[in-house]
Amino acid sequence: MSKIVRISANLLYTFVIIFGLYIILHGHLTPGGGFQGGAVVATGVALVLVAFSYEDILAMLKKVTYTAQESAGLVLFIGTALLAMGLGVTFFYNYLANSGSLFGMSVPFGPNPGELDTAGVIPIMNIAVGIEVWGGLALIVFYMLSGIARERV
Amino acid sequence: MKRIISWVILAILGLAMLTVPLFMNFGVPAFSDMDLYFLNYGQLQAAANNIVTSVVFDYRGFDTLGESVVLFTAVVGVGLLFRKLHGGEELEDE
Repeated sequence: MSKIVRISANLLYTFVIIFGLYIILHGHLTPGGGFQGGAVVATGVALVLVAFSYEDILAMLKKVTYTAQESAGLVLFIGTALLAMGLGVTFFYNYLANSGSLFGMSVPFGPNPGELDTAGVIPIMNIAVGIEVWGGLALIVFYMLSGIARERV
Repeated sequence: MKRIISWVILAILGLAMLTVPLFMNFGVPAFSDMDLYFLNYGQLQAAANNIVTSVVFDYRGFDTLGESVVLFTAVVGVGLLFRKLHGGEELEDE
């Protein structure tokens, strides 16, 4: 695309990705979560894919990264859920909530300002799903772009 | 004949859709036990302020696993669709 679009994308994609990561990490406090934040981050990747030419993109990004990222997110999600069975409770049990360890602070009943270090297993699953959606949606856009670029050549 | 049959089927489907707003009360859910339970115990059990997230990732975590698998399958499908475009030539140029 034109130089204006390229420079704007260069400036903007950092903020888009940071905003998406904020939505992922604060999924248990504010509206949003893994799916929504991952979609926002994938929008930043799509911005880069749209703004630059195909040869530049092939030098910058690799499909293998996103494939590995998507699979790693799904494995982290299932692994967090399976670890509960290893600890002797049911599948998808929230074994970290109110435990005092990682993300283990308790929450008082009713309206409260909110603490990032709460909700047990939920932030970990938010991060896992966010990584997976990020990789998956970016990979879909990347595949379609490579299909179009190959068709044109 | 075919046209008449398709119109009859369309009318039946339209009437079936109309039964929902005609014979069911709007805004009166049949069961409210579960949402009251989530509101009363969600913050204490899941320790999360966002009740929606605690339902999605804790109480109904198995459904979220299905959603993730659906997304994974969609990506695999797109990858299969865009894999070969020129008669047997592989598209792996990264």
